Amino acid sequence: MKRALFSNIWLPVALLLPQLVIIAVFFYWPAGYAVQSSFYLQDPFGFGSTFVGAGNYQSLFRNNEYLKIANFTLWFTVIVTFFSLAIALILAVKADRVIRGAKTYRTLLMWVYAVAPPVAGFIAVIMFNQSWGPLTEFFALFGYRFQVGVNFNDTAFAMILTSIWKQVPVNFIFFLSGLQSIPRSVREAALIDNRSASGRFWTVTFPLLAPTGFFLLIINITYALFDTFGIVDTVVKGEPGNNPMTLVYKVYVDGFRGNDLGGSSAQSVVLMALVLALTFVQFRLVERRIHYT
Amino acid sequence: MTATLKPRKRLRLSTVMDHIVLTLGALFMLVPMLMVLQLSTVPDAEIIQRGPSLHIGDQLDDNFVKAMFEASGFSGKNTGVSMLMNSFILGIGFAVGKIILGMMAAYAIVYFRLRFATLAFWAIFTTLLLPLEVRILPSYEIVQSLGMLNTYQGLIIPLIASATATFFFRQFFMSVPEELVEAARIDGAGPVKFFIDILVPLSRTMIAAMFIIMFVYGWNQYLWPTMITTEEDMYTLVRGIKQIIQVFEGTNLPEYGRGNLLALIAVIPPVLIVVFFQSWFVKGLTESDK
Repeated sequence: MKRALFSNIWLPVALLLPQLVIIAVFFYWPAGYAVQSSFYLQDPFGFGSTFVGAGNYQSLFRNNEYLKIANFTLWFTVIVTFFSLAIALILAVKADRVIRGAKTYRTLLMWVYAVAPPVAGFIAVIMFNQSWGPLTEFFALFGYRFQVGVNFNDTAFAMILTSIWKQVPVNFIFFLSGLQSIPRSVREAALIDNRSASGRFWTVTFPLLAPTGFFLLIINITYALFDTFGIVDTVVKGEPGNNPMTLVYKVYVDGFRGNDLGGSSAQSVVLMALVLALTFVQFRLVERRIHYT
Repeated sequence: MTATLKPRKRLRLSTVMDHIVLTLGALFMLVPMLMVLQLSTVPDAEIIQRGPSLHIGDQLDDNFVKAMFEASGFSGKNTGVSMLMNSFILGIGFAVGKIILGMMAAYAIVYFRLRFATLAFWAIFTTLLLPLEVRILPSYEIVQSLGMLNTYQGLIIPLIASATATFFFRQFFMSVPEELVEAARIDGAGPVKFFIDILVPLSRTMIAAMFIIMFVYGWNQYLWPTMITTEEDMYTLVRGIKQIIQVFEGTNLPEYGRGNLLALIAVIPPVLIVVFFQSWFVKGLTESDK
């Protein structure tokens, strides 16, 4: 906090008020409303609701379909997070090393940051078009008939590939800026100690990047859980059917299409708990244990 | 830097490898978008027959006219022009709103002695924890009950209800030297004058960085606009994408050229901003999220 402060009373209140009003109406009210309606069973025609206690949660965790979606979301998150971090790290290490064309590479590798997820999904729909999509044709070369929207695994593959494509740039930007902040003296010392480039990477660069990496881990998990909505929705073309979907998509499908407010709210609360847990992990574990600088 | 200690020949081999990997990465990023560009230059009949190819056609201007001025929906109101305008309103409205509210709140928290400052601080920063996606349905119901469906307010304001900008400006204001406030006080400047004449000009780079990030974020919103806008004249480009895909599915002769060009138009403004203001953008991104 600052020492030299202004002592006006009404001005700070007036400055804070707009923000507080907006978050009260559009953050706390809906969040509270979600928690409340997760304990009620809503009449599908909108005639009142009955208190069912933890009923919505119980039926949620007994629902095989929900558990299947949770399972898919878990794998989806793990695969997308791992590959988008790994690819970005390799590219960042190379981009940090080259001298010629460094700026061009940087631009070419980061612009996809600005592409909206549903546009990425749109591109996937074209790429995997049943009759002439370039990637469908590529798989046909190996005698495999790729069917997005029909075959569960094929659709999942298209979603995962697209989600990785969309997320590599963010990770690349952070890894590159992390690499560039490693002091020159440290690099030179490492160069003298260890002649092999891969040895230097694993003993010096990688540990120094760990704080960035852990921060990105949380960012990527959040991305895979929430921000991929646009990709999922476009790849399945708005027709969930038997297609793979993530937990957030399920909230949308049940609540918005199925008009099951109670069940959808219970799912929202489960997701809120998940995000809070992730944030807790981020603050407690990561910030405390990883200190190299 | 690695060059100094290594024999010349090995250096060249590893440099070549670096360039190969980076080129492959760049192609991985670039090729899908080049395909979209190619598809928007050829006649639809050609796409239906052979899909994407290396052939650059002459239909770009025709597709552009169709994309911008012909409607694809049922009401005939969602032309490219109207969707482009809505996207700009959402992107700019969101960015400006967020920056103004964030700066005001951050100024109040950092520079004033307030009894409930800690409470306000936590009330605001808790919003960082829960993305809109997890409270999407109740938010929809509330916006509906406020009669804000299919309005720009309903589109923009609920998205602003989070503290990213406030947090960012708080960090920045904390790093501004305290002597500035004292000097301003001695010169007789009140809090309003100090804010407008000193703090805002000092924050210019930060404001620019925030604007780029927030504009891209607002422009690319999908789930919220999908729920809140049901009237076609309120569609943004990104929200319109799904409709384009659904139109592809339902027709015998899908207008692929036009659809691809609209997807391209939905991507160009945010990409140009990110590419041209790269250094601000990278600075804002890597410093605000930490």
